[in-house]
Amino acid sequence: MEKILVGLKRVVDYNVRVRVKGDGSGVETDGVKMSINPFDEIALEEALRIRERGEASEVIVLSIGTSESQQQLRTGLAMGADRAILVSTDDTLDPLTRARIFQSVIERESPDLVLLGKQAIDEDNNQTGQMLAAIWGRPQATFASEVTFDGNTAKVTREVDTGLETIEIDLPAVVTADLRLNEPRYVKLPDIMKAKKKPLDEIGLAELGVERPPAIKESAFAPPAVRQKGIMVDDVPGLVSALKDKGLL
Amino acid sequence: MSNILIIAEHDCSTLNTSTAKSVSCASQIDGASIAVAVLADDASALAGQAAAIQGVDKVLAISHDANASPMAAIQAPQVAKLAEGHTHVFGPSTTFGKDLMPRVAALLGVNQVSDIMTVNGSHAFERPIYAGNAIVSVEAPTDAVVVATVRTASFKAAADGGTAEIVETTIDAEIPDHTRYVSLQSGQSDRPDLQTAGKVISGGRALASSENFDIIYTLADKMGAAVGASRAAVDAGYVPNEMQVGQTGKIIAPELYIAIGISGAIQHLTGIKDAGTIVAINKDEEAPIFEVADIGLVGDLFNIVPELTQALES
Repeated sequence: MEKILVGLKRVVDYNVRVRVKGDGSGVETDGVKMSINPFDEIALEEALRIRERGEASEVIVLSIGTSESQQQLRTGLAMGADRAILVSTDDTLDPLTRARIFQSVIERESPDLVLLGKQAIDEDNNQTGQMLAAIWGRPQATFASEVTFDGNTAKVTREVDTGLETIEIDLPAVVTADLRLNEPRYVKLPDIMKAKKKPLDEIGLAELGVERPPAIKESAFAPPAVRQKGIMVDDVPGLVSALKDKGLL
Repeated sequence: MSNILIIAEHDCSTLNTSTAKSVSCASQIDGASIAVAVLADDASALAGQAAAIQGVDKVLAISHDANASPMAAIQAPQVAKLAEGHTHVFGPSTTFGKDLMPRVAALLGVNQVSDIMTVNGSHAFERPIYAGNAIVSVEAPTDAVVVATVRTASFKAAADGGTAEIVETTIDAEIPDHTRYVSLQSGQSDRPDLQTAGKVISGGRALASSENFDIIYTLADKMGAAVGASRAAVDAGYVPNEMQVGQTGKIIAPELYIAIGISGAIQHLTGIKDAGTIVAINKDEEAPIFEVADIGLVGDLFNIVPELTQALES
């Protein structure tokens, strides 16, 4: 195939313990480390491996957000992507708008495969890939743990609640990456230097003329109910008697 | 007046409990009229099961060869047609619903409310974000259909005893042929289902091998419990992926959860925080799992688990 388009979302780093602001207006993001959404990093790694196997010739990374998202795109380029596109906006966008932005980039680039993370670890929506496949009118293979190609079709193994499901899809298609698809590579310093010379195009959101659907309003944020620390027992008889006290044995 | 359509999850012979849990969520909307849609190759028996769920007013039985396996690309155009005349379309927040519902929402031109955990009104809900580290109150637009997934661990299954009317339905939707089902590889087990079991025992990385998991299975069988695992144990290949409990695995709410050799990463805790009682067995007394455990026992699981199994025998 010719081109693979990969989405990279800038999110609060996986290792940061996110806290709700005291006034309930959102979560603390000031001074917090930001990274590529981990599932998107897996998606990019898969795209790079497909290209390295000679099954694709170009990997394009796309991010939607403020100019700060350039950092994540540069990291993607350092991992090995060929070029980057930033659709720049200061707005906080909903999944359907994001899907429509991807669709308008698809119309310009005509990729054979779009690889996304199965969900972003900030809003945990798990929607954009499925929505893109719907409006593109193409197949979707979500929660992918293995992807192989045979001409114009792909076989995708999906991690579902009942086990591992395999489906066959025609290309072009949307595939969303689950945890066990691969382990992303580490970026080496020379690659970071090289990435600075790779093309990064910026397109203003207004330029794409994307129609915005009604948003779901987020009105208040609260920390989750906290479970209280319980009792410690010394041995198995102590555990058995504690379970009996609760009527669980 | 809310006219709610729920998309049933099933394996072609039995309705998944996630359907009755979605009904329970929908029932919390005042004055809701609830219809359940069953899409299958032969929907008749499943429709009977759906009609027996209390709170269901109507069952739409859609029998079509294309629905023999639940693929989002095949079902979404049908569900989008069925959505006409409904104010809400709900599905469970299982891999089935997570795959299908956003595709339906996009076809209907709306965003989706993912993982409803609390119903505050016909268009007002609460949902978890940041792996459950924050709960956000959301309001869906009132002038458009509400498409949502229901966080099944937050709702008890609606009881049986209903007698809803069953309507055989045909849908005039274009069904694509670009997506084809190949196979399902599933670890067959006689043990209780992880997502619905009253008792669940999970093992972590500390089990150190697939063979060592036998002590977990033996204890589980003694207690009539389902068996789960941490991400680390699945990644290490000790057990198959469908046993993973946590943010990216199954989110469960058993009466009793026993975590054995699991340190308690936030992503794992997200999957168990609605459990009735959490028991932690771990050799590291500093393990975060003890911060949320109702009963904790510090020690070597390879001594404790067999001793516990034996104690339950006598």
